[in-house]
Amino acid sequence: MAQPSPDSGLQSIPALLKRNATEFGSKAANREKEFGIWQSWTWKEAEYEIEQLALGLINMGVNEGDFIAIIGRNRPSLYWSMVATQMVGAIPVPLYQDAVAEEMKYVLGHCGARFIIAGDQEQVDKVIEIQDDLHQFEHMIYLDPRGMRKYDHSRLHEFSHVQEQGHAARDELTPEMIRRREKLTYDSTCVMLYTSGTTGKPKGVVLSNRNIIESAKSSSEFDDLREGDEVLAYLPMAWVGDFIFSIGQAYWTGFCVNCPESAETLRTDLREIGPTYYFAPPRVFEGLLTQVMIRMEDAGTLKRRMFHHFMDHAKKVGPSILDGKPVGAWDRFKYALGNVLVYGPLKDSLGFGRVRVGYTAGEAIGPEIFDFYRSLGINLKQLYGQTEASVFITVQPDGEVRADTVGVPAPGVELKIAESGEVFYRSPGAFEEYYKNPESTADTKDPEGWVATGDAGFIEPSSGHLRIIDRAKDVGKMADGSLFAPKYVENKLKFFPNVLEAVLFGAGKDRCVAFINIDLTAVGNWAERNNIAYASYQELAGHPQVLDTIQSHVEEVNASVAEDEMLSGCQIHRFLVLHKELDADDGEMTRTRKVRRRIVEEKFDDLISALYEGKAEQYTETEVTYEDGRKGSIKATLALRDAKVVPISAKVAAE
Amino acid sequence: MNAAAQEYITEDGRKIGGVVMEMKNITLRFGGVIAIKDISFDIREGEIRAIIGPNGAGKSSMLNVISGFYNPQEGEVWYKGARRPQMRPYQVAAQGIARTFQNIALFEGMSVLDNVMTGRLTHMTTNLFQQGIWYGKARQEEIANREKVEEIIDFLEIQAIRKTPVGRLPYGLKKRVELARALAAEPSILLLDEPMAGMNVEEKEDMSRFILDVNDEFGTTIALIEHDMGVVMDLSDRVVVMDYGKKIGDGTPDEVRSNQDVIDAYLGVAHD
Repeated sequence: MAQPSPDSGLQSIPALLKRNATEFGSKAANREKEFGIWQSWTWKEAEYEIEQLALGLINMGVNEGDFIAIIGRNRPSLYWSMVATQMVGAIPVPLYQDAVAEEMKYVLGHCGARFIIAGDQEQVDKVIEIQDDLHQFEHMIYLDPRGMRKYDHSRLHEFSHVQEQGHAARDELTPEMIRRREKLTYDSTCVMLYTSGTTGKPKGVVLSNRNIIESAKSSSEFDDLREGDEVLAYLPMAWVGDFIFSIGQAYWTGFCVNCPESAETLRTDLREIGPTYYFAPPRVFEGLLTQVMIRMEDAGTLKRRMFHHFMDHAKKVGPSILDGKPVGAWDRFKYALGNVLVYGPLKDSLGFGRVRVGYTAGEAIGPEIFDFYRSLGINLKQLYGQTEASVFITVQPDGEVRADTVGVPAPGVELKIAESGEVFYRSPGAFEEYYKNPESTADTKDPEGWVATGDAGFIEPSSGHLRIIDRAKDVGKMADGSLFAPKYVENKLKFFPNVLEAVLFGAGKDRCVAFINIDLTAVGNWAERNNIAYASYQELAGHPQVLDTIQSHVEEVNASVAEDEMLSGCQIHRFLVLHKELDADDGEMTRTRKVRRRIVEEKFDDLISALYEGKAEQYTETEVTYEDGRKGSIKATLALRDAKVVPISAKVAAE
Repeated sequence: MNAAAQEYITEDGRKIGGVVMEMKNITLRFGGVIAIKDISFDIREGEIRAIIGPNGAGKSSMLNVISGFYNPQEGEVWYKGARRPQMRPYQVAAQGIARTFQNIALFEGMSVLDNVMTGRLTHMTTNLFQQGIWYGKARQEEIANREKVEEIIDFLEIQAIRKTPVGRLPYGLKKRVELARALAAEPSILLLDEPMAGMNVEEKEDMSRFILDVNDEFGTTIALIEHDMGVVMDLSDRVVVMDYGKKIGDGTPDEVRSNQDVIDAYLGVAHD
């Protein structure tokens, strides 16, 4: 990794902004759909907006080293806010916009943010609700003035006014802004991101300019990202991935970041933009595939048969063509024909017509789902990363893409597997520290720079690819000493479109039991086609026919798990379908939608014991939190079912 | 009128102006049936005025009188300081009074966008022929109107259904589209006929928020009919209560709530 020489001046995001405004001044830097039209800003214009805001922030009294929290949906102005914050020597702290006020209180209090930049009234209201507990908080800037005319404006400021005031004071403040910007180096903090925290309180991960720019640089080179690429920014701004893609890589390469009109218009916006570089967690790809399949079920006979015929062909040869492997001339011809008739139009309607590189990460993706997209000719790959690594730990190079591995170490990353099976890495992207938490920092990062990922995995000897088994702390032993790796089984279950989420229990026990969440889209559609009436999620989840279907899925998974010698003890003996969806508002999941195992275990303690006691049904009451923070409770009597397991001894005998 | 006609600022900081519309001794008959009997009340600029009453009290008829759909046999309608002559509904609309309907009256086959665009009709000056050629003035006008419509779409958060035919929308959203169409006319008085009827709690909350936002953001005077007492008492500045075509109460929500006639009308009265 060649470090840019200190005098190259590209040691911070604001420095990159300056370069982009000079080099690609008239190219689009940001677009946002508003009032039905894609509004566009060139790099030159983006620089102007950012500088006005930076001046405004100095004008309001932002000091170097201050933390500025940024809360809201993906909008150009909020991305500019992050860069303007950096420009005045302060540190941006993006927050999850769907976090409830209580959650925000911890983070805002922990970093001691003096200033907050909020997207709209909803976010402003949340901050106002908790402002009495935030001793360091001074001023809040909001973007969308709607509904806030009557608010007390002693601590509230409108975004555009801050810019105007900055502009008015430009003669006086510009030298100070330039002085602060020039002071930024590779060692200055670029951003602080809070980990979602599957256990305990969120931790503030401090990432330096070196972390972000080096990661952005090597990953951009790895996938040949360049100015002219288009991305759609729709994942939470508080997530490290979005920061790397929409700020890091965008500023390094100069590509254009597009912001959707609203969360509901995402599909349309995606199709209109046609991104060339796309990132989504597996559940988005799953959701899209489910929708395609549902729509094909409703299509006419000819269309449906054509779709299935060509999709079968694509599954056979598509991935090989994508990987550049030899494929017969007839098959190639038929694939080209399929591309005209099916794949092309399908990709187009999904908004993937122009995708050169697509990534999925965060969770394991079902092999069928993965292959579906690849067979269409979409270069979908997997990567493995975390906030502490500025995303990239391993990535899949073109031509070596598989559903069951996460790839080889990313450029500049060293990898080692500890004796316990835990994965460690060392890289230029490895974080500086956890803010105000030296113990955790020391636990995670050793003096030589090796960082513990907390995941157990191994490197496949044949290919050199990393395979992740599970969270290291979740991997346990069953009563008879055999290995318990819940994620492995849960993922197999989640690969069924009907199953949204699954949680396996069994550490220290003699057998495993599972909770299952059905996918309302898939199961709802099935119910509709089979004339099964239901009034609520709860009713559908408890329907005997749904339970039968889920049972058959569980038994299929058991058969598949039994094949694996190490994990055959993890077969599911009993299961139930939960009466509510696991939800981040109830604390059962993180904001990035990872199950908080301990909390689920405590909360549904009665159900777990009932499963182990062998009861046929169990009454339960669960507290739920609504989006506005109010609480309610739902009551249900759940059916607990037995599933067929493959006897392990029989398998041993067969060998 | 009286001393109450002075301007004042509400608790939540909105400015209520003078009387913008006044109904004087209105009586409306359908043959032998008296729908409205000698009713007088006023609507002040910037306020949210509710008309409530049991079924058949004559609320919708009253709204229809305001919108010019019915012409009362007796009484006068005063608007912006002048007596309003007998008018056709489109003339009333051109004066800046827009409404929504109790039973949604949208063009089912047209997209949301087109439906809302029809609300701009009163603001168009070019004729059918010019619009057909779509050049010069007609084109500029359409662009300006579209811009206004997009602001309203944004305001009511219906971007995702912009191009969806109205017939495919659920009830709650249709109600919102109807509100959008009424708003597109940039009315000075907005009449809402049971905006929350048939909605679930969440949809009601959304609608209430939009009504308050409209009033706050555009300063639109709103007259609404509603059955949900909680909603009425929360939203409105003043309430008119009707029963069997007569006015039995008029005042702030608190005054109305403690009015014995109103309590009797709603809860029934014991006959001994």
